[in-house]
Amino acid sequence: MSIYLNKDSKIIVQGMTGGMGSKHTTLMLDAGSNIVGGVNARKAGTTVELGGQELPVYGNVKEAMAETGADVSVVFVPPAFTKDACIEAIDAGIGLLVVITEGVPVQDTAEVFAYLEGKSTRMIGPNCPGIITPEESLAGITPHTIAGKGPVGLVSKSGTLTYQMMYELKDFGFSTAIGIGGDPIVGTTHIDALEAFENDPETKAIVMIGEIGGDAEERAAAYIKEHVTKPVVGYVAGFTAPEGKTMGHAGAIVSGSSGTAQAKKEALEAAGVKVGKTPSETAALMREILQGL
Amino acid sequence: MEYQAKELFAKHGVTTTLGKVVETAEAAREAAEELGGVTVVKAQVKAGGRGKAGGVKLAKTPDEAYEHASNILGMEIKGLTVNRVLVTPATPPVEEYYFSFLLDRANRSHLCIASVEGGVEIEEVAKTNPEAVRQIRVDALEGVTPEKAAAIVDDAKFPAELRDQAIEMVQRLWQVYVEEDATLVEVNPLARLEGDKLEALDGKVSLDENAEFRHEDHQAFEIREEADPLESKAKDKGLNYVKLDGEVGIIGNGAGLVMSTLDVVAYAGEAHGGVKPANFLDIGGGANAQVMADGLDVIIHDAQVKSVFVNVFGGITACDEVANGIKGALEILGDEATKPLVVRLDGNNVEEGRRILNEMDHPLVTQVDTMDGAADKAAELAHGA
Repeated sequence: MSIYLNKDSKIIVQGMTGGMGSKHTTLMLDAGSNIVGGVNARKAGTTVELGGQELPVYGNVKEAMAETGADVSVVFVPPAFTKDACIEAIDAGIGLLVVITEGVPVQDTAEVFAYLEGKSTRMIGPNCPGIITPEESLAGITPHTIAGKGPVGLVSKSGTLTYQMMYELKDFGFSTAIGIGGDPIVGTTHIDALEAFENDPETKAIVMIGEIGGDAEERAAAYIKEHVTKPVVGYVAGFTAPEGKTMGHAGAIVSGSSGTAQAKKEALEAAGVKVGKTPSETAALMREILQGL
Repeated sequence: MEYQAKELFAKHGVTTTLGKVVETAEAAREAAEELGGVTVVKAQVKAGGRGKAGGVKLAKTPDEAYEHASNILGMEIKGLTVNRVLVTPATPPVEEYYFSFLLDRANRSHLCIASVEGGVEIEEVAKTNPEAVRQIRVDALEGVTPEKAAAIVDDAKFPAELRDQAIEMVQRLWQVYVEEDATLVEVNPLARLEGDKLEALDGKVSLDENAEFRHEDHQAFEIREEADPLESKAKDKGLNYVKLDGEVGIIGNGAGLVMSTLDVVAYAGEAHGGVKPANFLDIGGGANAQVMADGLDVIIHDAQVKSVFVNVFGGITACDEVANGIKGALEILGDEATKPLVVRLDGNNVEEGRRILNEMDHPLVTQVDTMDGAADKAAELAHGA
């Protein structure tokens, strides 16, 4: 078991023929992902050779799904076209939509999110590293060599902190690691992932990584207190970030008194979550828990 | 800034008074003469609380406008120097209201906040009388239709005699929000003037940088002179850099990891004379020699910096590319590179990356294998320098 993604997932790539798309399709194949094709309206009917495989290119997501039975799409198209690519995939009824693209205007994301209401699609991202169920499948850009399968579920806003934490706990391994993205609006939240991990029998403990900005961590803390019985360890980046300055992620900006790392840490601790001051201390807290299980 | 927000308001037909933006006291006098009557001289900086800081003054005559402008120009408000003032006709409001559209992260949608109970003191009203500050959700697909605008105006209980004007203005403000790709459009105060005229007396607009590709005109809004010179230089080179107050220069990949690095360095600094991180710099995915050289170039020219910590977790970026980037950067910079570099590489192709740096054996470069250890070393070097 795992969450959202497993060895049976059939993946298509929107933007597979572009630079990022072809590079990462190759890496996903290396990770063992079952990539069944790509989508590019201008190259429909052709094939592309990636990672030693001949992959068909379809004109649209609906056609790709009908031909291949795909249930996951990974989106690498440029920001200006991301909204349309997402709506196309949602209309086709894709099960999981992983949007890697960075720099999507937030009003576009807001529209896509509104469009999702009442539909069967789960969106992850945008501006995220995607999702990996080690030794089974990768839908995204997380290096599959960092860590193997294991009992830890990981949810994080940040890509490189996901990698860092997987590296710190590589001797235990992960059920699924999901990077939800650092934009102000994302398709899958900490709470969604926490709920899925809570219901996943393979996940024994959860690491939740947050960062300054917004109040997603505070809301996740409230959710954990009510609904999560598995041990959760937290980490929040940005204790030393100054007020009012954007730190790379569109979401990572502290304005006024809410959204600070300290406020998030306190909220998590009040919900019984142990919070590390650094990635290594966070890993040590998780290590203690795992050894006690 | 206020005058820029008002330009956007005017572009979309929101009733407002533009006034004149000037950069000298003499020009302020001329502006006041031209406008005639009583004017207001207002400091133009990206900060709230301008009035309380003495940056907004009423001028009865052009000479008074001159006097106020000469006092306000050069003044510092929340760390920002005032380089220009806005001179507008004084239009004392009969009543002040508050209105905004903004991004609602929690509901992943848009939100309208409206109140007829006071404008400028809206935060106080929100505390003492939260019921008077209406929060109305706006669906991202439906937007603000005439019906929605009417519902907002009625919910906020705008006076009946202003209802039609308010409905019109709400729709136009929504136009500003959507068509300019804003994340905030705020009118505060939204004023009721003599003769029951509704006007945006002051305002603020935040634009989404991600949407710049479809708004070429937005670049003109950016005023570079206020930015820190190092930040300006970094921006010219396309670097994601924020200057902070500290001694340990930071370079890393990925916003989350870099923020985490700042924290780890600050903790390590506690044991080394309280040294702090000097900046945020995310070199992102493809860390080639040029990007690394550009980053190092900005950081070593920060006079406060005593040591530099390069922290990279090779995910997509391979560590050997980063190592070659550091090597190339030191070659490009030559004698200009004078500050010690602590490098921590991990992840993709780490052995090769470390080998390249070991082989280079540069006197300024120290390799440490862990993030904590490297932070400690960088802090120690900064303190000792």
